[in-house]
Amino acid sequence: MNVNSNGYTYTFATVMVVLVAVLLSGASLGLKSKQESNVKQEKMQSILASVGVEVDRSEAQAAYDEVITQVLTIKGGAVVSEDRATGFDVDMATAIKSSNMDREVPLYVANKDGETFYIVPMRGKGLWGPVWGFVSLEADGNTVVGANFGHKSETPGLGAEITTPMFTDQFPGKKISEAGMFQSISVVKKGTSSGDYAVDGISGGTITSNGVNDMLADCLAPYAEYFKNI
Amino acid sequence: MSTEVKQKESLFSKKNRKLISDPFNDNNPITVQVLGICSALAITVKLEPAIVMSLSVMFVLAAGNVIISLIRNLIPNRIRIIVQLVVVASLVILVDQFLKAYAYDVSKQLSVFVGLIITNCIIMGRFEAFALGNGPWKAFMDGIGNSIGYGVILIAVAFIRELLGSGTLLGFSVIPQSWYINAETGTGFYANNGFFLFPPMALIVVGLIIWAQRAKNTKLIEEN
Repeated sequence: MNVNSNGYTYTFATVMVVLVAVLLSGASLGLKSKQESNVKQEKMQSILASVGVEVDRSEAQAAYDEVITQVLTIKGGAVVSEDRATGFDVDMATAIKSSNMDREVPLYVANKDGETFYIVPMRGKGLWGPVWGFVSLEADGNTVVGANFGHKSETPGLGAEITTPMFTDQFPGKKISEAGMFQSISVVKKGTSSGDYAVDGISGGTITSNGVNDMLADCLAPYAEYFKNI
Repeated sequence: MSTEVKQKESLFSKKNRKLISDPFNDNNPITVQVLGICSALAITVKLEPAIVMSLSVMFVLAAGNVIISLIRNLIPNRIRIIVQLVVVASLVILVDQFLKAYAYDVSKQLSVFVGLIITNCIIMGRFEAFALGNGPWKAFMDGIGNSIGYGVILIAVAFIRELLGSGTLLGFSVIPQSWYINAETGTGFYANNGFFLFPPMALIVVGLIIWAQRAKNTKLIEEN
């Protein structure tokens, strides 16, 4: 058999492509449900972590059901739905495409040790890909209790440092509005933050830091109207 | 036709062992062949991703080498590079999918770097230079050998960069907190060198390793 003839080359390429396609789509279909449940449990973990509840992935569902008492869906400062699944399933990547007041975004209401907390989901752009996170607020809808961030592909050691305590520990105690006026929290050049409305960025991770800055302003704004009235 | 009985070579003959030990020093893929530099720059800021990357490359290179070696007589010469690319890309996607399903934390750690394995020139280089012309066992040994040679340098560079750049190893602080310069109390004498976090420093560290290696191993010095 001449392995270098045109006919053989075409046949080989066709068979190879079909085999590989079957193999990969099989793997993708077979593993999909497992992958999706991982993503869902991780989201619950992040939501809980923003109010200081750390659980293993396997216990995430149970802890979520216990701590999160309500999932509201907010649009233009008003509650449009109280269905838990509707709020949880909101795809932030799509939601942030519409303007602040037109978005339907979820607000998680948590009850931990008798205290009420509000958890706001966020999504924005980093340097290489999306960044996201959760910010939790006290019952006054103003003072930050905790924050955590995630990213798809920021540079390790630089932009990826937004997930570390060094960055997130700056958030507790910060405020998002001043005398009823929405302010957001700015991420500024390392070493220059002061006051209640700014945190230090990451040196060497300026574009990621700016992305977090924009994300905070963009994703907290839709709730400002709602928090004013609680 | 030769009447000589072909002697079966033992699995760990001297020649086969050399396939593993050679890339470690005399023929190191990074410091001697200067391949795979891009990933050496990108993922050596921290030790942990460097280790996981080395292990992933080891799996892909060993498995890929064996697959290519098994089908080497069937591959049409004109599309062999494409075939190699398909093999390495499918392996990497499979690894990525399995990690996402069963080792989600590791997969998050690796994020984009899994994809980077496809573009690692060491892998295509070994397929083309070795697996196409040798049997599966030898190809397997060659894959393990080269990925160890790659991993050792990667881990060495990451060790230096994480230690000097962030003052940590595998995420744990190793520089005593009291050493750090503290503006409030005026104590301490040490600060992390932020320059080590940037890619140029990886290149300089690799350069220093090449220098040290050539100073010790005079075989590697070119005559002219």
